[in-house]
Amino acid sequence: MNNEQFEPTIIGFTCNWCSYRAADLAGTARMKYPPNIRLIRLMCSGRLDPTFVFKALTNGADGVMITGCHPGECHYLEQNYKALRRFHLIRRTLQGLGVEPNRVKLVWASAAEGAKFTNEVKSFVEEIRALGPLNWGGAGGNGHRVETQIPEEVPA
Amino acid sequence: MSDKPKFAMYWAASCGGCEIAVLNIHEKILDVDANFDVVFWPVAMDAKYKDVEAMEDGSILLTLFNGGIRNDENEHIAKLLRRKSKLLVAFGSCANEGCIPGLANLSPVGEIVTTAFNTVSTDNPNQIYPRTSFDTPEGEIHIPTLYPRLKTLDQVVDVDYYMPGCPPESHQIAAVIDLVVQVLQGKAQLPPKGAVIGAGTSTVCDECKRTRHVKTITSFKRIFGQPIDPSLCLLEQGIPCNGIATRDGCNARCPSAGAQCIGCYGPAEGVVDYGARLITGFASVIESNDPDQIDRILDGIPDPTGQFYRFNLAGSLMKAGVSAWKKEKV
Ligand code: SF4
Ligand code: SF4
Ligand code: FES
Repeated sequence: MNNEQFEPTIIGFTCNWCSYRAADLAGTARMKYPPNIRLIRLMCSGRLDPTFVFKALTNGADGVMITGCHPGECHYLEQNYKALRRFHLIRRTLQGLGVEPNRVKLVWASAAEGAKFTNEVKSFVEEIRALGPLNWGGAGGNGHRVETQIPEEVPA
Repeated sequence: MSDKPKFAMYWAASCGGCEIAVLNIHEKILDVDANFDVVFWPVAMDAKYKDVEAMEDGSILLTLFNGGIRNDENEHIAKLLRRKSKLLVAFGSCANEGCIPGLANLSPVGEIVTTAFNTVSTDNPNQIYPRTSFDTPEGEIHIPTLYPRLKTLDQVVDVDYYMPGCPPESHQIAAVIDLVVQVLQGKAQLPPKGAVIGAGTSTVCDECKRTRHVKTITSFKRIFGQPIDPSLCLLEQGIPCNGIATRDGCNARCPSAGAQCIGCYGPAEGVVDYGARLITGFASVIESNDPDQIDRILDGIPDPTGQFYRFNLAGSLMKAGVSAWKKEKV
């Protein structure tokens, strides 16, 4: 597939108190951003279990955007710092698996930053478009469940 | 042939340690012999696949299956034993979650073969590689075909029970055999299908005797080359101990012996992705809010994928690295 035509699927995790409101503001102000991103609202970026990121990537997402309140402004005090540290570890782990770490992005956006939010989404969509589809082996679901697909055979 | 219930054990892609662990239950092994007719167990007795094929479906009561599914022979026997067995137990880390053989899911299959047959440790001047079929005067012979990645047992067939550990601890094996014998005598009931047996429902930390306080990590260290407090939590000392996400059941063997838990009992109850849980845990105890300093601290974990998925890669959500997903021909 030509990367120009490729429309990436992106999952965005937003914090109820800041980035979700930024997205809301962008909507009410009719600011445009690409429809590639599907937003999931969490109460705080600290709720971002890395499981969500791996689940998104193995279920068809080409990129994941994690957003939260600016440093020092988390409504649950320190949780966005935990999100920051998890983000670093997720990227390092993905790199070890051979996945481009830039498929996961962290953005701080306050409730007033609708324009920043839309710009970040726009540039992320282009970054992922340039990286191309992730196509995670068609492997989805829970790591402990049976897969029905027939194994590909490779003569050794 | 006796009318005792039938028992089988098989090894697929594994190291053989699980078999040793079963033999290591000492005199309890006599209970196995007293209560079961051992019909198939390649490491301990001579039996052919065609003997198993000739058995009636469902005629083996209990099969302990260890090893992951790396080639078509592994898969064939997994499916065969599934058909022939009433109770199929994924026995040991390889069958449960891929274990060390599952780490080969980070490499393309061609590279695995080259590493085995043509690297510094293997002198192969004529570039001789195994072929899956070969004509001899006596006829065509076959060897198993490697799959692009290793699968856990339950990614290939339906599994009744899961028994974790690399290998499962002998006292846990003995307890499971006791249970099955009691079930046979009508004195106990089997756990619900899909249950994890021979292990706990909490984490290794719960069994660990080391004292712990609030953890504030400013650097990660290796376990050697520096003094380690013998009674303080290892993670608190900056040793990346996986006990926080690992299922209990081993009596915290490694931390009791002065080494960090590397996670051989697999994910604790309720954990979907083992590595993700560890990432959450480690990220919570790092004492820095500065991106650059966080980076420096994390450099203390030089191989995060190995740290977080040493035993669990094949059973994780991602299951394999990029190169194993790409179907590469050799
Ligand atoms: S992290 Fe390791 S050393 Fe610390 S309590 Fe848990 S198992 Fe014990
Ligand atoms: S402490 Fe961890 S690595 Fe050691 S035996 Fe127990 S579960 Fe396995
Ligand atoms: S409340 Fe927004 S990141 Fe914590």
